[in-house]
Amino acid sequence: MSLKTNLTHIESLEDHKSVIENNENVMVCCGRMGPMCIPVYDVMEELENEYTNIKFADMPFDSPDARVIRDLAECRNFSGLPFTVYYKNGKVVKATSSIQTRDQVTSILDEQFGK
Amino acid sequence: MDNHFDSIIIGAGAAGLTAGIYLSRAKVSTLILNEGTVGGQLVLTHEVANYPGVEHVSGYELARTMKQQAISFGCKIRSNLKVTSLQLEGEIKSVEINNKETFTAHSVIIATGGKSRMIGAPGEAEFKGRGISYCATCDGDFFQDKEIIVVGGGNAALEEAVSLTKYASKVTIVHQFDHFQAFEHYSDEAKKNEKINFIMETKITQFMGDEKLQSVTLEHIPSGDLSEMKIDGVFIFIGYVPNTESLEGIIALNPNKEIIVNSNMETNITGVFAAGDSIVKRFRQVTTAVADGTIAALVSADYINNIKKQSEVLV
Repeated sequence: MSLKTNLTHIESLEDHKSVIENNENVMVCCGRMGPMCIPVYDVMEELENEYTNIKFADMPFDSPDARVIRDLAECRNFSGLPFTVYYKNGKVVKATSSIQTRDQVTSILDEQFGK
Repeated sequence: MDNHFDSIIIGAGAAGLTAGIYLSRAKVSTLILNEGTVGGQLVLTHEVANYPGVEHVSGYELARTMKQQAISFGCKIRSNLKVTSLQLEGEIKSVEINNKETFTAHSVIIATGGKSRMIGAPGEAEFKGRGISYCATCDGDFFQDKEIIVVGGGNAALEEAVSLTKYASKVTIVHQFDHFQAFEHYSDEAKKNEKINFIMETKITQFMGDEKLQSVTLEHIPSGDLSEMKIDGVFIFIGYVPNTESLEGIIALNPNKEIIVNSNMETNITGVFAAGDSIVKRFRQVTTAVADGTIAALVSADYINNIKKQSEVLV
């Protein structure tokens, strides 16, 4: 079960571990193919070419292994899809809930990972 | 990329993509500039069940197919950018985007669409995704056995209020008027649902909470009385506003900020057309957007051909 995007797909706990261990800067969008999630995937696909120092990935929210995102302390008050999590050196540095614009995403990327 | 095109379309929703398909197929060089996600409001639709010839399709799939069709005919698409300046008068129009790139064309089709109206009360942005939602099908399951408010009195508000009773223990519809604008069958359905109650002639003036939404301030509009209501979630369905802020003072808009067009989708400026949810019209559907986009493209193609013919005569 993977999302219909051109991003790197995380489909299991092992995939998740591998992506955040093997990349210094990671943005993971955990959602469904729904109205609030698609615009975020779309922004990420566009930013992949601009931010080559960042790994952009998605993860299906309903996959059992997505608990690795759903159960994060940083996401405990979230009630809007998608849950988007930013990792630096394997640690969560930022998380957002619900739809985000390109400006909101780039602002976080610049702040957390530098340009 | 050469920055001059026959036509520039601003907006890549159903209207803009349709115009892109028609123009590109007619060998009119076309650039679509889009501020958000390609597909516009269409991608916000989980299922489109009334698009003729297609039994069931998600808005995302339909938009993606339209985008691929446009590209296959040679249409160029740039998205997730900001249009910072427009010069629409004269034979050559120009459009500048946020990285200072400028594009020129003989014609411009404005298909900027609309966006969900927000309440605009303090705390709304802060609690988006932490109790405030604009999509019942996306976020309804986060409110299992919770008490929620649905704001609005139109078809979407009442239909979604009923659908949210699958999850929530109690749904309170808060509406600013003393009656609903929704079709009668939607309001009847809501009124007979035991989980739904109503607070009329009332608006939310503040969203409050700590890390997540916990309560709202309600104002009874006729009396001005304020009260606090503890709540787990608020779903907002109060209609759409046209994306025409940047066009004020440039192009003729009506008092609702919708672009005024004639039946050929021509605006008050020669060579500038408009289509889709940003124009004055009663019904905002994918099918009407597609129809607008078709008309705008065909009339625009005629306009461009005439300009080119005149130029050849002069040469």
